[in-house]
Amino acid sequence: MTPIEPERPDAVNDLTRGLWRDNPVFVQVLGMCPALAVSNTALNALAMGLATLFVLLASAVVVSALRHVVPKQVRIATYILIIATFVTIVDMAIQAISLDLHRALGAFISLIVVNCLILGRAEAFASRNPIGRSVLDGLGMGIGFTFALLSLGAVREILGAGTLFGLRVLPEAFEPWVVMLLPSGGFFTLAGWLLVFNAFQRRRQAAAGEVSP
Amino acid sequence: MTGDPLWSIFLNACLINNFVLAYFLGLCPFLGVSGQLPTATRMGGAVTFVMLVSSACAFGIQRAVVALDVPHLRLIAFIAVIASTVQLVEMFIKKMSPALFRALGIFLPLITTNCAILGLALFQTNKGLGFFECMAYALGAGAGFTLALVLMAGLREKLALERVPDVVHGAALSLVLAGLLSLSFMGFAGLGG
Repeated sequence: MTPIEPERPDAVNDLTRGLWRDNPVFVQVLGMCPALAVSNTALNALAMGLATLFVLLASAVVVSALRHVVPKQVRIATYILIIATFVTIVDMAIQAISLDLHRALGAFISLIVVNCLILGRAEAFASRNPIGRSVLDGLGMGIGFTFALLSLGAVREILGAGTLFGLRVLPEAFEPWVVMLLPSGGFFTLAGWLLVFNAFQRRRQAAAGEVSP
Repeated sequence: MTGDPLWSIFLNACLINNFVLAYFLGLCPFLGVSGQLPTATRMGGAVTFVMLVSSACAFGIQRAVVALDVPHLRLIAFIAVIASTVQLVEMFIKKMSPALFRALGIFLPLITTNCAILGLALFQTNKGLGFFECMAYALGAGAGFTLALVLMAGLREKLALERVPDVVHGAALSLVLAGLLSLSFMGFAGLGG
């Protein structure tokens, strides 16, 4: 668990990088708008994470396959159109699967289009690497994003309502912290997780002897 | 049409349901550009302008999408129009006022991926607002974004002179500040009916 790992093979590295070391939300601080807006319950967070994972994966495949065809000048516009297509598919799929969920997530499904994480990975990774590696990268980043959303949603739901996925986990006597379900609770929870990650990273660097503690 | 008076729509978008602090839209520029007061003000102005133009375009697109019965093309049309609006604004400012163009710098093209703009277009469609209501909504959203950015920049300029523990430096501290701001904006709930 050192910051530099030379001997791991590329494929494993592509996959695991997004999970922890370069976690999109906690380390790179990307894609925060949906991360905060829909993470008031664990279920919403999970659904949003999976939707983003699908868009990330599908757009990585297409962008990577077209990387020699798309002219440099219009590449960003092309990527956005590709992403918007897949987001429309996800939007309609969620509407067909569960209308309640679609109502709870609202406009934020469509807003996946402007999630900087997806455009960022398309530009920084998928447009420069073969399909196989892009898929692994998309999968890793997507799972990392889902994991981050889920950990935000779980904390907010447990403290804000005393439940997890709608099941009661804290005793009835527990007075719910309503603030956790409000927008400011989202900011506070994310700040708390960032603190945890910062502390971890500093300890690791200190252990590697890079920075004195 | 919702029948609400225009000032009520404006206040609603600006204070009660502030785009940044209540809907979490446009957080990237909110955290990225709010280091200094002058930059924050200029960024707010540019975003408000793009919001007004793209809101008007989105209103037209929604009419066309409904008339042609192609709802699956709405999102794609919105994002294409926003990207070209930003491009247009960029060329226009470059031609008319090179000084302002230099001052805004990289922030101008980045407005395309600002979720507040697309969010505005989607919300006004979902609410079914009329044209003037759309304009009031866009103006309110822009004013609210600018207000949040300026408040945040003011706080961070103060904070730069303080001594804080090493581990909370950076994004974590900004988020705690944003949370406190968001909490105080909840006091506006109920304002304007």
